[in-house]
Amino acid sequence: MSEPLVSIRGLDVRFDGIPALRGIDLDVGKGEAVGLVGESGCGKSVTWLAALGLLPGTAKVTGSVSLGGQELLGAAPATLDSIRGGRVAMIFQDPASALNPVQRVGKQVGEALQLHRGMNAAEARAETRRLFEMVGIPDPARRIDVYPHEMSGGQNQRVMIAMALAGQPELLVADEPTTALDATIQAQILDLLRRLQRETGMALVLISHDLGVVADMCSRVGVMYAGRIVEQAPTDRLFAHPAHPYTQGLLGALPDMVGPRRRLSAIPGGVPEPWNLPQGCAFSPRCDRATAACDAPPPFVAVGNSHDAACIHAHQREKVMA
Amino acid sequence: MSLLRVSNAAQIYTTRRGLFGGRVDVRAVDGVSFDVEPGQTLGIVGESGCGKSTTGRLALGLEKPSEGSVTFEGQAMPAPGTAAWRAMRARMQLVFQDPLGALDRRLTIARQIEEPLEIHTIGDKAERAARVQALLLDVGLRTDHGARHPHELSGGQRQRAVLARALATNPSLLVCDEPVSALDVSIQAQVVNMLTDLQAARGIAMVFISHDLKVVRQVSHKVAVMYLGRIVEQGDPEALFADPVHPYTRALVSAIPVPGPRRIPRIVLSGDPPNPADRPSGCAFHPRCPVAIARCRTESPDLRAFPDGRIVACHLADSETRIAA
Repeated sequence: MSEPLVSIRGLDVRFDGIPALRGIDLDVGKGEAVGLVGESGCGKSVTWLAALGLLPGTAKVTGSVSLGGQELLGAAPATLDSIRGGRVAMIFQDPASALNPVQRVGKQVGEALQLHRGMNAAEARAETRRLFEMVGIPDPARRIDVYPHEMSGGQNQRVMIAMALAGQPELLVADEPTTALDATIQAQILDLLRRLQRETGMALVLISHDLGVVADMCSRVGVMYAGRIVEQAPTDRLFAHPAHPYTQGLLGALPDMVGPRRRLSAIPGGVPEPWNLPQGCAFSPRCDRATAACDAPPPFVAVGNSHDAACIHAHQREKVMA
Repeated sequence: MSLLRVSNAAQIYTTRRGLFGGRVDVRAVDGVSFDVEPGQTLGIVGESGCGKSTTGRLALGLEKPSEGSVTFEGQAMPAPGTAAWRAMRARMQLVFQDPLGALDRRLTIARQIEEPLEIHTIGDKAERAARVQALLLDVGLRTDHGARHPHELSGGQRQRAVLARALATNPSLLVCDEPVSALDVSIQAQVVNMLTDLQAARGIAMVFISHDLKVVRQVSHKVAVMYLGRIVEQGDPEALFADPVHPYTRALVSAIPVPGPRRIPRIVLSGDPPNPADRPSGCAFHPRCPVAIARCRTESPDLRAFPDGRIVACHLADSETRIAA
């Protein structure tokens, strides 16, 4: 990969001394689609909130986040304001709560255009219409003037995407963008994101708890557990040859859609509390391969071409499921 | 004899169109029929507003259907609130998506599991306490979890506590409405395994309502797909998901993002599911159907039986000429 668009190094986040992120290293290339998967509390959302300076002041953030060579951590608020919604846009799970309920949707998108592209009201209105068309909102001329409650969840998410596109972002961070939507609507939104990414050439970071969604959309995936990335690989490789026991556990816990039904291989126990993390590998108490050596922090080992896993047993495990 | 038989049940709610508008009848459930056999699981899938939760409430007798009937062990469902209804309620229990909402935050877990035993006057104090301990172990909790309050448990443990309470009266039917949807994947698998184990050990019948096709396939002996208040396809889960016949089921199955290659090419439906208060004419699915013909706009299709035992409501579904969607 040539010079990455975003480069995160040693990103650490603590809330009142309690670790939420513990040393994240992640690159996102220009136009690349990267997925981040993991269960609640693993830090997949916090990573991007921290990177974009969106965490409350109580959070202690250290490390480095660079966007095309520009350091974002500790950057002036005005700089971050122009980057957020400009070069980097973010969409969230619940579009209805991200939109202002008492303002017409077109006006909200227009505001972003005036702010980030310096348009006047008339230009913004025309561009909003174009964006609505682009994101597949039917009858855009009329829909510009409706309120969020007059639209369905799927349509509101399209408005959010239009607003994200307003600043012509180089990177769109989508945090569980389809989790609140019905299956057929989820398929529509994923289809839209895929098309927009192709047409605009923007990079996409897709944060999801759903391995299937990430597999469908991304070329590279990072699996997170207890504030760390535990495995990173090209998508096809990750799903065909998962190396980290946690990734293997997640895949085994998913029911199949084809073939005979088998008993799910549940991962025993639960995610550790952040204030009570086990020594060394955070997954070791739930891992059937854990040994005394797992009490030391696991190094990232290369298990294949651009495929790394933070597990000292990764090599021997790989053959088990492949 | 079927444990639960729902025949042609319809549930009609009356709402107003806007603030001053006229009354509109909404058929949330519209002529649904199915049987649940003892010890078996019927999965119900569909998107929001398709009537799957209302169907669950009708099955439990929490609501009386506007039309049609529900019988449990061959008996008609008594009127809600009566003594006979309460006695029957001990035999059927409900588990929801949100365990924190279903539990009383001020009471210990053991107290809450004991409550249904008291209400239905089962056992004396010592017997009830022993029963509570056994139930905790049955759902994979430790006996010391009984002394805790809901907020002291994780999401998965709470859902286990809710299940222990539901099992307290030894029900023969459990209606689970999105029981694992709020749980993380690894915890979801634990609870799904536990449900199938409990079913095997106790012979409980289940109605398992979910939007998650993968989980429904995992737990069900029979699956019904609902769209706008009606069952559009019903059959054996492996056959139905491997080779869906109804265009809606096909789209639903194809829309599931799966790791690895997909069996069915993705079908992206246009538009949103319609409002039940504004039901399209003919087949309710026709405005979004990629293969609809003129007849679909005017004539509502009946459910027809197929040789493999499934039933499908689609004019174009034919056992010989399959639809090429």
